[in-house]
Amino acid sequence: MQAVLALEDGRIFRGKAFGAVAERVGEVVFNTSLSGYQEIFTDPSYSGQIVVLTNPHIGNYGTSPSDAESARPYIEGLVTREFSAVSSNWRSTEVADEYLERSGVPVIAEIDTRAVVRHLRANGCLRGVISTAVEDIPALVAKALAHKKMDGTDLASVVSTKTAYTWDASEAKNQTGDKLLPAADAAAKDTLHVVAYDYGIKENILRMLARENCRVTVVPARTSAADVLAMEPDGIFFSNGPGDPEPLDYAIANVQALQGKKPMFGICLGHQIFGLALGGKTYKLKFGHHGGNHPIKNLETGKVEITAQNHNFNVDPASLPDDVVPTHVNLNDDTLAGLKHKTDPMFSVQYHPEASPGPHDSHYLFKQFRSMMEDWKK
Amino acid sequence: MPRRNDIAKILVIGSGPIVIGQSAEFDYSGTQACKALKAEGYEVVLVNSNPASIMTDPDVADRTYIEPLTPAYVEEILRVEAEMMQGREGKFAVLPTVGGQTALNLAVDLADKGVLDQLGIELIGAKLEAIKKAEDRLLFKDAMNKIGLDMPKSALITNIRDGLEYATKIGFPVVIRPSFTLGGSGGGIAYNREELMEILSRGLDLSPVHECLLEESVLGWKEYELEVVRDLNDNVVIICSIENFDPMGVHTGDSITVAPAQTLTDREYQAMRDAAIAVIREIGVETGGSNVQFAVNPQNGRMTVIEMNPRVSRSSALASKATGFPIAKIAARLAVGYTLDELQNDITKATPACFEPTIDYVVVKIPKWQFEKFSGANETLGPQMKSVGEVMAIGRTFKEAMMKAVRSLETGKKGTNDNIDPRRLTQRLVTPHPERLAYLRYAFDVGKTVREVAQLTGMDPWFLDQMKQISDELKAVGEVKPEAMDTATMQQAKRMGISDERLAAVWKLEGKGAVASVAELRRKLGVKPVFKMVDTCAGEFDSSTPYLYSCYDEEDEMPPTAKRKVIILGSGPNRIGQGIEFDYCCCHAAFALRDDGYETIMVNCNPETVSTDYDTSDRLYFEPLTLEDVLAVYEHEASGGAEIGMIVQFGGQTPLNLSLPLKAAGVPIIGTSPESIELAEDRKRFQKLINELEIPQPPGALATSVEEALAGAKRVEYPVLVRPSYVLGGRAMVIAYDDAEVVKYMSSAIEYSQERPVLIDHFLEDAQEVDVDALCDGKDVIIAGIMQHIEEAGVHSGDSSCVLPAVDLSPEVLETIRVYTRKLALALNVIGLCNLQFAIQRGKVFVIEVNPRASRTVPYVSKATGVQLAKVAARLMTGRTLKELLPEELASGKDLGTGEHFFVKSPVFPWGKFQGVDPVLGPEMKSTGEVMGVADNFGEAFAKAQTAAGLHLPLEGTVFFSVNDRDKENVLPLAKRYVDLGFRLVATHGTAALLEAGGLQVERVYKVNEGRPNVVDLIKGERIQLIVNTPQGQERVFDDQAIRGAAVLARVPTITTMAAARAAVEGIESMQSGTRRVEALQSLHARRLAVAV
Repeated sequence: MQAVLALEDGRIFRGKAFGAVAERVGEVVFNTSLSGYQEIFTDPSYSGQIVVLTNPHIGNYGTSPSDAESARPYIEGLVTREFSAVSSNWRSTEVADEYLERSGVPVIAEIDTRAVVRHLRANGCLRGVISTAVEDIPALVAKALAHKKMDGTDLASVVSTKTAYTWDASEAKNQTGDKLLPAADAAAKDTLHVVAYDYGIKENILRMLARENCRVTVVPARTSAADVLAMEPDGIFFSNGPGDPEPLDYAIANVQALQGKKPMFGICLGHQIFGLALGGKTYKLKFGHHGGNHPIKNLETGKVEITAQNHNFNVDPASLPDDVVPTHVNLNDDTLAGLKHKTDPMFSVQYHPEASPGPHDSHYLFKQFRSMMEDWKK
Repeated sequence: MPRRNDIAKILVIGSGPIVIGQSAEFDYSGTQACKALKAEGYEVVLVNSNPASIMTDPDVADRTYIEPLTPAYVEEILRVEAEMMQGREGKFAVLPTVGGQTALNLAVDLADKGVLDQLGIELIGAKLEAIKKAEDRLLFKDAMNKIGLDMPKSALITNIRDGLEYATKIGFPVVIRPSFTLGGSGGGIAYNREELMEILSRGLDLSPVHECLLEESVLGWKEYELEVVRDLNDNVVIICSIENFDPMGVHTGDSITVAPAQTLTDREYQAMRDAAIAVIREIGVETGGSNVQFAVNPQNGRMTVIEMNPRVSRSSALASKATGFPIAKIAARLAVGYTLDELQNDITKATPACFEPTIDYVVVKIPKWQFEKFSGANETLGPQMKSVGEVMAIGRTFKEAMMKAVRSLETGKKGTNDNIDPRRLTQRLVTPHPERLAYLRYAFDVGKTVREVAQLTGMDPWFLDQMKQISDELKAVGEVKPEAMDTATMQQAKRMGISDERLAAVWKLEGKGAVASVAELRRKLGVKPVFKMVDTCAGEFDSSTPYLYSCYDEEDEMPPTAKRKVIILGSGPNRIGQGIEFDYCCCHAAFALRDDGYETIMVNCNPETVSTDYDTSDRLYFEPLTLEDVLAVYEHEASGGAEIGMIVQFGGQTPLNLSLPLKAAGVPIIGTSPESIELAEDRKRFQKLINELEIPQPPGALATSVEEALAGAKRVEYPVLVRPSYVLGGRAMVIAYDDAEVVKYMSSAIEYSQERPVLIDHFLEDAQEVDVDALCDGKDVIIAGIMQHIEEAGVHSGDSSCVLPAVDLSPEVLETIRVYTRKLALALNVIGLCNLQFAIQRGKVFVIEVNPRASRTVPYVSKATGVQLAKVAARLMTGRTLKELLPEELASGKDLGTGEHFFVKSPVFPWGKFQGVDPVLGPEMKSTGEVMGVADNFGEAFAKAQTAAGLHLPLEGTVFFSVNDRDKENVLPLAKRYVDLGFRLVATHGTAALLEAGGLQVERVYKVNEGRPNVVDLIKGERIQLIVNTPQGQERVFDDQAIRGAAVLARVPTITTMAAARAAVEGIESMQSGTRRVEALQSLHARRLAVAV
């Protein structure tokens, strides 16, 4: 079946439809990771976005329940050069095409994805529509234009869990038997309790916390600081999530209320919330960072880690007050990639130390969080 | 950490001659390393015995030693260079990680001997301990155990009995890997005790430490390789993942490989990445590139480490070309202290080098094998590498890349199912061999399923599904008539990488215009390729480096510039007869014309070479060298309307074969015209020209049938040289002494037709052969070099050692050669280079061949004369003149000078890789590479060349003499000199009688067919250390071959001309004195110029 990707500026790409037969509108972003498409599909941070994958072959190794980062795919649609009709991997349980069809996600393949990327690189983030209604192009462009922009929208509370739940490595649902997943460290000492704000949290963050022998209580985005403190956590985690951090005034207020009271760790959107709560500003990058190969320099050790990235907004380091210390910088464009407070036990990174997909170079940050909590306890 | 300022001088060790397992990739990496270090301001010294390489160009390093890569010579270079540093600030360091296994082994040797410590020299790139840990199987295994990584079960074995016992324990099949050999030399897979004994004994013999690893077989597992780069600050990045299309069991060098990995989930890939990083850290390779190989069980994902190379490799060259990340260049800079974050990404020029390239295309590499040159060789592929070169192709999808790679191979096959034997389908799928790809497609054509084929081949079903899609597409498009094709259908076929030629074949269009008619149809439908960039970042950042590939997507990224431009066609995959020498010429053309203000554009598909380094030219098109692909590049570049020309005479036969059709398509070919090239290759017309010029030529004939061949042979008189037309490297060429041999030749697999007849020439026995390279601008000619062959006549010029200047040609003969050369170059209106071959029989000069193109000897002559011939030639092609470029040389009327020095070139053969192949030399070229020896006397230069080629002239022992009647008059004084040096003599009866009459003591020995013990028995018994055997005509051919065969196996140097025998005795004399003299090329040329002034 024919399909079309229509961008708000009128640029049209024609291809073939796979996955679900559906029309979807969203912000079009590209991701340059070579592996881990299923993790990308299921990362709630992609909520509201149509994802262009630059690796031309998608679907080769099928899908597996172990590789899902959440209960379902969150991308609005997938744009790819070639979509594999077969899967070949011992871990695969379902072909990618069926998986996305079942999840209602449309796919447009046979697209010159490199041309799309170059267009986005030149023109910045654009809204777009994937549709099989290939006849009326102007109507599609109009739909893209009419779509509400991501800026200023609170998407985090939309994708967040509705009720609190506990993530425990010993639970049956976390016992996939897949040796490739992070498992609790048998040598770790006493269990620590972490409360994690879910703005669209990836499961691998939970697994990584569990690996550090943390019992995690995942709470809805709008849970109050007082309620969190009442849970008597050893530390509080602020997750990744979709969209613009600025409208999340409740989250910013929570960080401000909790600052200095407990050790706190933020990732991605969590990091941006930290930035805003500490008095800084955020801004939108031209086309964001989405990929698995970004070099980040740890300013404290001087070492470089290769990281997974997925964000469109960024904290402006110039806007931060003096008691905030930049800890990491993105070497590609010198943007701020991590910060900590001078005196209070809180730190955050703009990228994804939990990887999944992506390199494991930054796993040490979870250990850092654990020792911060241990120190605080003393 | 910034640049190390404590180091002042760095010696880079090259990899020596091109051999199987160590090819042009080390010229690429070595050149990059030298350039990078020089740009950093270090004094760079290079040693490499290979004159054909770019890296041995005098401007790549500060001092270039073309000397044998043996511990003794390298030690001498280190001493000389260390001495030069007396009283100066700074340390001396050696970089051993860019010259393959050869450089690494040399470094280990020199370190173990204490030479490095004694001279205060530091190893950079990899420390001794790290090299040993990676290379020593046992240490490596311990290291992997320590970091908790899985490896196949294995044990180090030093004798057959232990081997049998261990194999029984772990079960057959077992893999045998000899320690410290290149390209897995001597390795194999044994399925039973008998095979184990055979392979193990060979492996133990070939291993310098007489040790082999016996290993649990992981045959059929998926095979991966990761290219890892680490800096002194312990930052580690993975440059590229490579997945093998052929599963475990076939040497990576003989496997079709794909980048990036296609069938790993992120979790599996990251686990592999973690493992690779752990390996490089544990082994302790502090800086630079390494590769780590893994096997993955497709059933359960069990991942085992196979091996790691603590140096840049063939795979790292491939990874560099596949991603645009120049591993060797970066590695060299890391070795001198930089960290990755301090270096820039060379392609984007905006982001740091500390990142992991991501790609938005697929790369496929296919090895190039040449079993047709080694009849009797076992074509089964296994753990020992047998391919002589490789091609790489880039496409937007695997299918496109695969099909482009297939046509880059230049196999000469048109259809899908050439040479398919349906009865052997199962066997041909199960057993890895060079034609397996063709059988895959055939299997799908006859209805086998992906699952069935996967079971037989062990290949990943995803790859096979892709192959099946191509197969299905060919079938589907074949059912559409060309007239009925629409744009969408055509576009779809082209997006699968299907060539116009293949479309013509599926539509059964015949005749000359068939392919052109498909191209025309395609144009009419508006289907044409676009060009996209290799940019390391999948388009995320703007990139300024025009490294391009074609595909059938929507958007073209690289419109042509308005600058005047020259397109240079490269030479495709390395192969015997068309190797690195041609790449050298192409690179030089690019360098020269860039300097002259042209935009230089390179087209080539060989990932190993310097020409496919994006730094070499202004634009690089990584494309197959077929008419369709080259025309697409031309049309793309010409579309801007700027002045444009194309050079076809530097890339060997590959671009030459395209020259007429390119010209017909309207491409302006610069330099010697395609018509002249054609004329030189057209028997009849060339003969006519020769007659007009009154130049003698051995009588010749053409034949398109057995009868014609017999009649022709009779007319030109036996012995005759028989060969097909239009080949390079003397493929399928033989010398026939009678009708029976001619009949055998004509009825063998040789293809001939009315258009491509078989050539039959009278063979000049006992002749002295000579190669000449000359420059011509259409008006003037300069003779660049007259090279005297020092191998018997009838041996292909590429397989013959030769010396420059000629050592015993009379002034009259030399003058005749010059006169003929000038006449021919002018008559053919050569613009650029031409190469001529002459034979001198009893003082008479015959012309054998004229090639109006760059030849194999161009780099060698350039290095001997200090004049970079290919650069001059390229400039001549753009209209400049010899008067302008070489005014003094032209005015002098002399050949280009070689000063006081002698330059001997010697070939290197791959016999060790092809068990059971008769190691005889003949008119068909068999050598893979060459070395050069330089000295101020012929003898020492010869000895150096022999040493560099791995044939060590003996310092004592016994010399065997057997010479023909013509040489008998000179043999006595020669033999006396050997006796004076302490050698004993052995001779066959005729020669012995002569020597005895001269008062020498000689042991007599039977000829092979006379009885036993004969000379071959003595060779096998290690009782002969040097053989002087000049050819004695037909009845002795058998003897000569038997002697040569035995000598190769026993590694006894064999000399076939009196000139070489004299050189050898002089060389031995100089070596006996124990002094080794080394001199850098630069100082040699400086001295020559000083003398000339």
